[in-house]
Amino acid sequence: MKLFEFEAKEILKKYGVEVPPSVLIKKGEDPLAKIKEAGLEPPVVVKSQVLVAGRGKAGGVKLARTLEEAVELVNKLFETPIKGLKPSYILIEKAIEHEAELYTAIIIDRSERKPVVLASKYGGMDIEEIAREKPESIIRLHIDPDVGLRGYHARVIGKKIGLSGKALSSYSRFLMALYRAFMDYDADLAESNPLALVGDRVIPLDARIIVDDNALYKHPELGERKLEETGEYTEWEIKARKMGLAFVELDGDVGIIGNGAGLTMTTMDLVYEYGGKPANFLDIGGGASAELVKTAVGFLFEFPKAKKIFMNIFGGITRCDEVARGVIKAIEELGGMKKPLVIRLSGTNEEEGRRILREAGIEAFTDPIEAVKKVVSL
Amino acid sequence: MAVLVDENTRVIVQGITGREGSFHTKLMLEYGTKIVAGVTPGKGGAVVHGVPVYDTMEEAVAEHPEANASIVFVPARFAADAVYEAIDAGMKVVVVITEHIPVHETLEFVNYAKRKGTVIIGPNCPGIISPGKTKIGIMPGHVFAPGPVGIVSRSGTLTYEIAYALTRAGLGQTTAIGIGGDPVVGLTFTEAMELFEKDPDTKALVLIGEIGGDMEERAAMMVKEGRFTKPVVAFVAGRTAPPGKRMGHAGAIIMMGTGTYEGKVKALEEAGIRVARTPMEIPKLVREALEQK
Repeated sequence: MKLFEFEAKEILKKYGVEVPPSVLIKKGEDPLAKIKEAGLEPPVVVKSQVLVAGRGKAGGVKLARTLEEAVELVNKLFETPIKGLKPSYILIEKAIEHEAELYTAIIIDRSERKPVVLASKYGGMDIEEIAREKPESIIRLHIDPDVGLRGYHARVIGKKIGLSGKALSSYSRFLMALYRAFMDYDADLAESNPLALVGDRVIPLDARIIVDDNALYKHPELGERKLEETGEYTEWEIKARKMGLAFVELDGDVGIIGNGAGLTMTTMDLVYEYGGKPANFLDIGGGASAELVKTAVGFLFEFPKAKKIFMNIFGGITRCDEVARGVIKAIEELGGMKKPLVIRLSGTNEEEGRRILREAGIEAFTDPIEAVKKVVSL
Repeated sequence: MAVLVDENTRVIVQGITGREGSFHTKLMLEYGTKIVAGVTPGKGGAVVHGVPVYDTMEEAVAEHPEANASIVFVPARFAADAVYEAIDAGMKVVVVITEHIPVHETLEFVNYAKRKGTVIIGPNCPGIISPGKTKIGIMPGHVFAPGPVGIVSRSGTLTYEIAYALTRAGLGQTTAIGIGGDPVVGLTFTEAMELFEKDPDTKALVLIGEIGGDMEERAAMMVKEGRFTKPVVAFVAGRTAPPGKRMGHAGAIIMMGTGTYEGKVKALEEAGIRVARTPMEIPKLVREALEQK
């Protein structure tokens, strides 16, 4: 789950990081009163709280030199969609004059199976840009999970991005705090970009934390993120997730259902290889119940981009008879066979599954290639 | 021979009394897997498909000191605990079927296992099978057959599909390992390849990758540098997957321009590895590779 900038900064503050003085405006609140109450003096930075990347370039961050200008910008930003999303919150921060913008992040290096610190003296642009334009400037330090990030690690990194003296101590404290937040919040990513150098201290002008979805149960205080707020999903993807389906919308017209991510992706690839275009990815996963299969088939019956459906099942933990029962349920309970449906079944309890489908007049394929050719020809 | 597990492997099922644990214990027993015990806290004294159940791994191992591998069906919130328990009980191989384990927990137990000399397979994986010898996993046994081909895969069902195609083509397998679909897993492609390299019965390797991460690229590098010398046939799933979208597996995502299908295929081909365009092409390519050798 991606946290909003203001949430990430609240967390860093809790760990002793100095962040710019700020006030958060919720939609419907009086910006002027809130700014005055917080004692913020212009110039201030008015920041749309959206979760999409590239917010700054999309016009979601503005400088205000007067209070009137700030209020005007707040009202304007609430009405300005950033990549299709209007914010529910605006963060107003004291504008911080600074000498340099640094980059620092902690992510998980999946190959090394360790957290890794990435730092650069060239902040402000995103990490892809830094990697493209100043690849030699990126300092990487892997963290041994048994040792953790130690103060000296932080100082070594600080030195390498050009800091010394009190600024180095300040950076070291910041990085240790970022690491603690990364660990305590089960983060996939904890980042500050830009991290401003202000005299002899560092202050995060922006902060991002992404919490591992699988660990959210440990952090009930974070609450729930509305899928609509994330900016990551289309309307149909949101509907699917609410129904518990692993669904990704694509641009073609062949609806795809598979079990297991690898097989489902391969099913998409096969449809493409034989001249069709997949409309979606829908993985019913391992051990799908008849109920889940019914939901998946019913969902593609409704999904307008899918003009026909190809269901490719190879049973392992998934039982073919359960899948067959789910298909029958979908047809019986959701108003008949609404779209052409080609099914390929193989694996655990295959014979029973095939028998159930045959009784309902559906002949399932065994060979995926024959099945793909069939669905593409429809 | 086989890799990691064979007819001498003695298995403990962790989470044996749950729905999946019990169902797959039955299927593993039918396949011939030597399951000596099960563990479910609070269910000690029960018997599942003839297998005695204990409350702790410690008790299970005390009664069945020959046990040397375990398979974990424990729900995600308790899975890491079960994995540590297995490592500390001296298991040499721990197969983690469970999906949705927090990645920070996986990082920790994978590093711990490495220090203790335990091989972790998974999480979020189908397990490992040495056809005709043992199956420690949830794969359908009948799609595999004994033979000269090693399989290592990031996928579950896709592995069954490809194994089935190989088996029908008369190309059986020494061992097939599903390493799991999470971003961080225990055994990696290259570690599995080191094992297959040393196995005299494995004459060719099928590598089943997918978009995301760089395990395929690392495997390609290993072949290029001559550290893996047997013929390799690869398949990479996700040619039509859009960047930035998580395709089911948490690990199957193209990020920051890395982990793309094109990048992986390029690296594999540059290392002289045959890359199949569809899974069904794999048997033909494996046969060609074996004949050329």
